[in-house]
Amino acid sequence: MILALLRRDLGQFFPFTGSGAALPVVFFVAVAMLFPFAVGPDANLMLKTGGGVVWIAALLAAILPLEKLVARDIALGFFDQLRLRGVTEEAMMAVRLVAHWLSFGPPLLLATFPAAALLKIEGETFDILLLGLLAGTPGLAAIGLMIAALTASLRAGAALSGLLLIPLALPILIFGAGALARQDPASLGFVGAISLGLVAIAPFAAGAAIRATREQ
Amino acid sequence: MQAPSPFLSADNLACRRGERLLFRKLSLRLEAGAACHVTGANGAGKTTLIRALAGLTTPYAGSVTREGALALLGERTGLDPDLPLARALAFWFALDGVADSAAMMARLRLQALAEVPVRYLSTGQQKRAALARVLGQNAPVWLLDEPLSGLDTASQGLVSELVRTHCAGGGIALIASHQPLDVPGMTSFAIEDFAPADAEEEA
Repeated sequence: MILALLRRDLGQFFPFTGSGAALPVVFFVAVAMLFPFAVGPDANLMLKTGGGVVWIAALLAAILPLEKLVARDIALGFFDQLRLRGVTEEAMMAVRLVAHWLSFGPPLLLATFPAAALLKIEGETFDILLLGLLAGTPGLAAIGLMIAALTASLRAGAALSGLLLIPLALPILIFGAGALARQDPASLGFVGAISLGLVAIAPFAAGAAIRATREQ
Repeated sequence: MQAPSPFLSADNLACRRGERLLFRKLSLRLEAGAACHVTGANGAGKTTLIRALAGLTTPYAGSVTREGALALLGERTGLDPDLPLARALAFWFALDGVADSAAMMARLRLQALAEVPVRYLSTGQQKRAALARVLGQNAPVWLLDEPLSGLDTASQGLVSELVRTHCAGGGIALIASHQPLDVPGMTSFAIEDFAPADAEEEA
């Protein structure tokens, strides 16, 4: 049952199969492409700031899919029907977290290659950037899922979720981008730890939020 | 080993919507083969009752007990609007272990709509699709919320027939509707009978 659910969720969110789900990745590359135009093609400056730009682009790209992540299936009665079949909200949200990350994490990592080329990020800096995104995107996905579930029943939920995600994502950004500035992969351990903690609590927080929407 | 006989019972149930008490002291017990028709005006609390009986919401007071799996037909179909009907139903059929999904769709005269995305279906067609999902669940207890709304006369007869077959096979059906159903031996009550008196509401 869990596998069937994961397949269905992936079908909903995966780029090119789902409805317009490739947008975050396109957005991500577009930001990386615009940055050199905005600040000028100074290779030194680019090497210093490019990594940070990629991080900010990743963070903003993580906001885009939130609107559809949970609210749509609440309106469909999808979670209600699963509940009647004995699936707990926590399990539904754990599956959704995996599907959400798979649909935006790996595509974003792939898009980092062209983005890094555009920003002239090379060598060890690139390795730290890629590793950092690998460690950080699960955390971003977890924050996104919690926010999407909490704001699902609000009318302006989509706009609000963007505003809520940014401060909560700050620790990931600080350690992830900080590792680039200091050329120190060790602080990526913090990114991974924060991500793990968020991934662990997200299904429970989001599941409770889904249950709460029924009581309205 | 024989499965225990299904039942659905509510004891002294009271439900609120927002701050308003919709009904209280509602008790019912449905045994295998029983059908029950809940009537009431819009907003009287039929949907609230169904969702409380389904265990989706916690009642304000009282308790619900049930034996046997439960299938719910609500205002929401649970079918992905972007998928063709056959694929949207296939997801639930696969979860519920339906072997012959074509036959299931044929019972609700949905064969011709198999390739049509769910969002293009009319209200009545979506209702029939949701009924196919309920049927595929093969659950002994059915909770049907307004199963007749949006349906043409022929389809309304079909719903009555499905409920008759279901109850004849030992199933339980509780139907909230303001339209009549043709099911012999069906009990009926109006939810307004359990509405609080004004004085009570003040207290």
